[in-house]
Amino acid sequence: MALQDVCKWQAPDTREASPHLPQAGGWAVPQGWDPQTFLQIHGPRLAHGTTTLAFRFRHGVIAAADTRSSCGDYVACPASRKVIPVHRHLLGTTSGTSADCVTWYRVLRRELRLRELREGQLPSVAGAARLLSVMMSRYRGLDLCVATALCGWDRSGPALFYVYSDGTCLQGDIFSVGSGSPYAYGVLDGGYRYDMSTQEAYALARRAVAHATHRDAYSGGSVDLFHVRERPGPEQEREEEATPDRA
Amino acid sequence: YDRAITVFSPDGHLFQVEYAQEAVQKGSTVVGIRGTDIVVLGVEKKSVAKLQDERTVRKICALDDHVCMAFAGLTADARVVISRARVECQSHKLTVEDPVTVEYITRFIATLKQKYTQSNGRRPFGISALIAGFDDDGIPRLYQTDPSGTYHAWKANAIGRSAKTVQEFLEKNYTEDAIANDSEAIKLAIRALLEVVQSGGKNIELAIIRRNQPLKMFSAKEIELQVNETGKEKEEAEKKKSKKTA
Repeated sequence: MALQDVCKWQAPDTREASPHLPQAGGWAVPQGWDPQTFLQIHGPRLAHGTTTLAFRFRHGVIAAADTRSSCGDYVACPASRKVIPVHRHLLGTTSGTSADCVTWYRVLRRELRLRELREGQLPSVAGAARLLSVMMSRYRGLDLCVATALCGWDRSGPALFYVYSDGTCLQGDIFSVGSGSPYAYGVLDGGYRYDMSTQEAYALARRAVAHATHRDAYSGGSVDLFHVRERPGPEQEREEEATPDRA
Repeated sequence: YDRAITVFSPDGHLFQVEYAQEAVQKGSTVVGIRGTDIVVLGVEKKSVAKLQDERTVRKICALDDHVCMAFAGLTADARVVISRARVECQSHKLTVEDPVTVEYITRFIATLKQKYTQSNGRRPFGISALIAGFDDDGIPRLYQTDPSGTYHAWKANAIGRSAKTVQEFLEKNYTEDAIANDSEAIKLAIRALLEVVQSGGKNIELAIIRRNQPLKMFSAKEIELQVNETGKEKEEAEKKKSKKTA
């Protein structure tokens, strides 16, 4: 329209990511270097190391995580929150770089809320996972490190997706992410059944995180346990001083 | 292209949009009926020239496996709208991992039409569309859009030439009994069209969409069958009436 052209205003495309996000490929590196190598050698050292897990079963999806935020050799925060509510019916476990995880989850929350208002119904877990993976895949090669498991209950029942910052988006029954995940997988694979009772599921999740924190140096603190049920509003509890069971 | 074509008149009308609605009323009649497990779309076939292959004139099109539409108005405009809607159905599946709901694609088409009533150098689309289909929840839906970009849900509606006559017929005859099962709904559509179509079944095209099944176009034979049955029922109803009065 004529007025639009005079004011040089462009209507925002409501389905694209916010224009306030940094542009893809926004790192300025010296001539001759490719961004990835440069970041590996000279980039900031970011916080890593965690144990998070999520599994789906008949009565919903369980998400559990440790609470230690490590930064190199020291513990930056012994009581950090690694399981983040994304929507009324959606939860995400975060692993990788805490800063990246928190930022991307805020962006995801904004997009999902807009989608809900536009469509008049809660977005599906598959749609949310696809949205997150597409948003992050624009920044591939720039050292983004976000490895999350999106848990939720939508029209198709309990759903669990693993999303990685290179664009991977996988559906599954059990996921464990982080430096402590091999230890957690061992316990989970041994005790998982789709038809578990809720109490059995809680006990399994706690045991898996506790065993991982026992052996992995970068995991520790307490265990955060979340349960996504059919009606909106996941439950949570935090336990002090996780100790592994002697079984 | 910096001049708007659709501008307000002093008394608040958008004349281009109203003229577009006139163009719609010149198109051949389309009727849509929402049953309990079926949605029926019936169309008056325009007579084609002797040498023309009549299979190439299609007023009812599938937009995706579970949603279809029929239009009245300018065929060329409809082609553009249908093409955009089909692309949107697939894009939605790509980004949201779910097929479109009938309401979503109706809203998309309506928004597209509205954009063209508020853009430089463009005129409104000269079509009204009846969009029918089933959502994931299994409920049948029928929506109508018009050139201004508004859309509404309907139980049954007609657009195009003589739409008023058909609408009055539907208001009188759309009852719970009339849509009690699929074949009754189909017969209601045929009876509604026969009110305004000259020379009977040869000039009718019919399509149905059922839950979890793609659009089904009726062949000429099937249509003839349905029309004959409807004709018989009408005769029997009239006989009963005349017996009562005699």
